[in-house]
Amino acid sequence: MVVAGTPGSGKTSVLMHAVRDLKSAGMNPALVKIDCLWTEDDRRFQRLEVPVSIGLSREMCPDHYAIYNVEEMMDWAMKQKADVLLNETAGLCLRCAPYPDKCLAICVIDVTTGPNSPLKVGPLLTTADVVVMTKGDLVSQAEREVFRERIIEANPKCRIVEANGLSGKGSSELGELMRGWPDVSGEMVLRHNPPLAVCTLCTGELRVSKEHHRGVLRHLDGFTEYNGE
Amino acid sequence: MKMKVLKLTIKGGVDKDRVPDAVEEIDVNRGEIIGIVGPTGSGKSTLIGDIEQLAHGDTPSGRRILINDVEPEAQLRTDPRKKLVAQLSQNMHFLADMPVDEFLRMHAKSRGKDAGIADRVIELANTLTGEPINPSNPLTTLSGGQSRALMTADIAVISDSPIVLIDEIENAGIKKHEALRLLAGEGKIVVVVTHDPMLALMTSRRIVMKNGRIIKVICTSEEEHRVYLDIERIDSWLMSLRETIRQGEVVVA
Repeated sequence: MVVAGTPGSGKTSVLMHAVRDLKSAGMNPALVKIDCLWTEDDRRFQRLEVPVSIGLSREMCPDHYAIYNVEEMMDWAMKQKADVLLNETAGLCLRCAPYPDKCLAICVIDVTTGPNSPLKVGPLLTTADVVVMTKGDLVSQAEREVFRERIIEANPKCRIVEANGLSGKGSSELGELMRGWPDVSGEMVLRHNPPLAVCTLCTGELRVSKEHHRGVLRHLDGFTEYNGE
Repeated sequence: MKMKVLKLTIKGGVDKDRVPDAVEEIDVNRGEIIGIVGPTGSGKSTLIGDIEQLAHGDTPSGRRILINDVEPEAQLRTDPRKKLVAQLSQNMHFLADMPVDEFLRMHAKSRGKDAGIADRVIELANTLTGEPINPSNPLTTLSGGQSRALMTADIAVISDSPIVLIDEIENAGIKKHEALRLLAGEGKIVVVVTHDPMLALMTSRRIVMKNGRIIKVICTSEEEHRVYLDIERIDSWLMSLRETIRQGEVVVA
């Protein structure tokens, strides 16, 4: 299962409650947390007494890092004798979605970001199976319902879970969806293509302006050109 | 078609230390206004939350909510088009960055209603607040009183549900008595968290909370009802004094 979402949306808190639910249903979950530079979520997760592993992508995109490490994560989870692997990723630029097709794809989104945010999140939300709305206790019921409508507009087929990372509301519903998801096996492909091309910035160029950059470049007016050999 | 709600049942749960509620079961019938009282942190909002999400033992309190004696199906819990519960929460400020009418149209759509009813919501809201709301106002610029009036009218018109939950209505800037009457509508079940003596004594019963538990249910006595009538007189006197001062007139003894 892959849990993605914008920074601060409450992925870790939601996941912690879901892990408790899975454990009380007799399952053995293992967790891999992917972050960029620093995390102490492993300590939070360890309190749940489940196997936890951390991956720091450092200068690389955390979603890309998570994607090509899927097999390694699964092998690790097997060694831990886990029957479900939960992978929490950092989710930053919103251009791609780190969801392999056979995994349960969970997108966590914060209601206080306003009703336009489901339209801004892109493939992270539009290709998810489950969308978890958090922090609903901070807004009115009307605002929650408008937010929900916006999620349905962006992803008509998803299942929406209203959760609260503090009280644990919604965790049993999420746990139920996790328990009901079929086992994955064989080759998997991504649900959505990663961002286009690798640019000069990705390989370490620091200078600004187009004259220093190669590859597919897009101008502010939308004109797209290839600059290179 | 909306389901007809004749009875709401709260089945007791436990507090944080697993101590059970002192009351096993509370039935609330159609047309009844029931209160929830208790000090800060006593679990009033948790109980309201349990009812709002039609808890089925899946919340930390372990309480269960039955409708017409049965556990409601999952869709009634989640799909706003079928929702049985409307809630006026303590969070009376809008965070959504959009104009009033666009928000109301969107909310009407989410509840499966015609977008045209947005105008009626604004019209009704303007009867509850002294400062008129304009459809093109951005939600985030509304005053506290305007937000409360708009949310109240939104619940009465768009979220028109058989069960209405109100979390502390006594905050200033809105005609609270009229707001409650509007929300209660006809034949609804109203659950109101309040310490306002007038609103609390308007209820037929009140659930008393302490340390996360339901400790008892008090039926409003004859004597309390007489006190209510006194408060009502004082309240309307205060309202008229307020109006006199607002209009720049002189108060006479």
